[in-house]
Amino acid sequence: MRQPGRAAEIKAIGIGKSFGSFRALDNLSLDIGRGEFLTLLGPSGSGKTTFLMILAGFVQPTEGRLFSDGVDITERPAEQRAAGMVFQGYALFPHMSVEANIAFPLKVRKKSAADIKRRVGEMIERVGLNGHEKKLPAQLSGGQQQRVALARALVFEPGVLLLDEPFSALDKGLRGQMQAEMKRLHQETGTTFVFVTHDQSEALALSSRVAIFNHGELLQVGAPDEVYDRPANRFVAEFLGEINMLPLKEIRSADNGATGLCEDRTVSLRGSANGVGSNAILAIRPEYMSIACEAAAGENGIAATATNSTYLGAATRLDLTTRQGAKVTVSVPNEVAASALSKGNSVWLTWPAEKGFLLPDGGR
Amino acid sequence: MRAYLSDRMGAALLMAPLLLFLVLAYAWPFLGVVKWSFTLPTPGLGQYNALLTDDLVQSVFIRTLRIAAIVTVVSVAAAYAITVVWVRGTPAQRLVAEFCILVPFWISVLTRAFGWVALLSNRGLINTWLQAIGFISEPLALVRNEFGVIVGMTHFLIPFAVFPLASAMRSLDDRVLLAARGLGSSRMRTFWSVFVPMTRSGIIGSAMIVFVFSLGFFVTPAILGGGRSVMIAELIYLRIFQSPDWGLGAAISVVLVLFVGALMAILFRYVRPKQLI
Repeated sequence: MRQPGRAAEIKAIGIGKSFGSFRALDNLSLDIGRGEFLTLLGPSGSGKTTFLMILAGFVQPTEGRLFSDGVDITERPAEQRAAGMVFQGYALFPHMSVEANIAFPLKVRKKSAADIKRRVGEMIERVGLNGHEKKLPAQLSGGQQQRVALARALVFEPGVLLLDEPFSALDKGLRGQMQAEMKRLHQETGTTFVFVTHDQSEALALSSRVAIFNHGELLQVGAPDEVYDRPANRFVAEFLGEINMLPLKEIRSADNGATGLCEDRTVSLRGSANGVGSNAILAIRPEYMSIACEAAAGENGIAATATNSTYLGAATRLDLTTRQGAKVTVSVPNEVAASALSKGNSVWLTWPAEKGFLLPDGGR
Repeated sequence: MRAYLSDRMGAALLMAPLLLFLVLAYAWPFLGVVKWSFTLPTPGLGQYNALLTDDLVQSVFIRTLRIAAIVTVVSVAAAYAITVVWVRGTPAQRLVAEFCILVPFWISVLTRAFGWVALLSNRGLINTWLQAIGFISEPLALVRNEFGVIVGMTHFLIPFAVFPLASAMRSLDDRVLLAARGLGSSRMRTFWSVFVPMTRSGIIGSAMIVFVFSLGFFVTPAILGGGRSVMIAELIYLRIFQSPDWGLGAAISVVLVLFVGALMAILFRYVRPKQLI
């Protein structure tokens, strides 16, 4: 079944879409590689679903061109694009059995009865629906319906599989299980997957690359660790997870990065300070910060007071306030939190130089 | 609990006039009809026995069922096409469809039947035109026969067939149709293998309503059938008002009511009443 040769390579150039005066998508250019798992991530109304619908052929872009394997498919109707699609809510055919649902795309392609039987059988095996062949969708659980939807979208070996928030209706445990299953299906089939979600942890866990959208604009595309550790702007930084932001002054380039003044301490960071001016925001993910009794000279650290703690089981979330009033959150081992709180006042927040990065001051 | 009870009381009070009206104007007189069917002209099952043996009564029953079946198929098919436009067309198309569906409700059944006579009779518009263009030399028999009855009844019943279909089409999830197209199905194929089967409850409801209405039609067959294509309601009328044979007329009425009742019972097993509106 694995056939990376059939996986599609998609190129979007300057795609835009307006609904009346509403600008749903603006000047989007994006290359989707053969066999990659790309996630379109953003809040609702960010344009990610509109882009997926344009890829599927259900929505016509107002401007721009779309290429699949080098062929212009901008005007090609959905039924001729042969992209597999899994909808939010699955959109199974309620009057057809599991088997008939999965066979549908093969039937419309006029495959022989024997071929259909074999491939539907294989697909049912692959997604673990044995014994449910004759049931109607309404007789299945959410997770099973999800499997039917995946099987139906993959059975005709499409060049690309489009998934629109497929897990939004599942509870948390099932969601994790289906995510693992989808990752396996991606590896087994080698097909290009384009996946829409508003859940950042889902995006980071599944994708080979993540594309982050907001207000109809594509803000950043990159591997999960890239966008998480080096977000292009404040929106991306905040959308991908909790982040601490400290005002940084007097920024200047240094040997292997930059230095600046954070409250009354000089701190250093890797990465270039070009293009941010002399004042910017220093951003550090909570899990990279730790609590110490003191910060050695040359080590990144500022003084802060612990104000509140939330016990999370495996760790404790500690809220702190710096001397100049910036709010910071860190995740620390439970006993560290207890001792930090008992001291009542000053502790030191420290972080490795390579974990801090600069965001333009006041930018999104 | 009190609010619930008083709500129920309120609902019962609101429904009481309708129930009272149905009992006084319908159920009570109908019991009288049932009584006649067993007592006139002599007590016993004689009238029901006659139903089973009388050739005229049986041929009228069979004709009624045949006409009702044809009218049902034609009306539902025509209504389906109109409803697709009404529910899924462009705003302009919807307006036209709505006009076509609602206007017939404002024109009396009598007016419409005579309208069809004017169109279909030997010297009517259709025969005159066809003769004028030389398509036919002798007028076609379009009225005073079953054909005329079927045309007139179908025309009357199409709007009634629309509403259950519209209800089914409105509740259909558009994403399922998108899914079919995304999986490679042409618009035609999507319509026949997905859209039509998914509106099945509407088709059943619509067909049952038209069929049940057709069984009791009186004015349209009386005018367009011209006495030659008598249906069951006209036969009852003739037995009661023209030949003083109240017992047989009553027995036919009872059988018709039981038959319709059985059909409605089957209908409501498969379709919930709110899907019919």
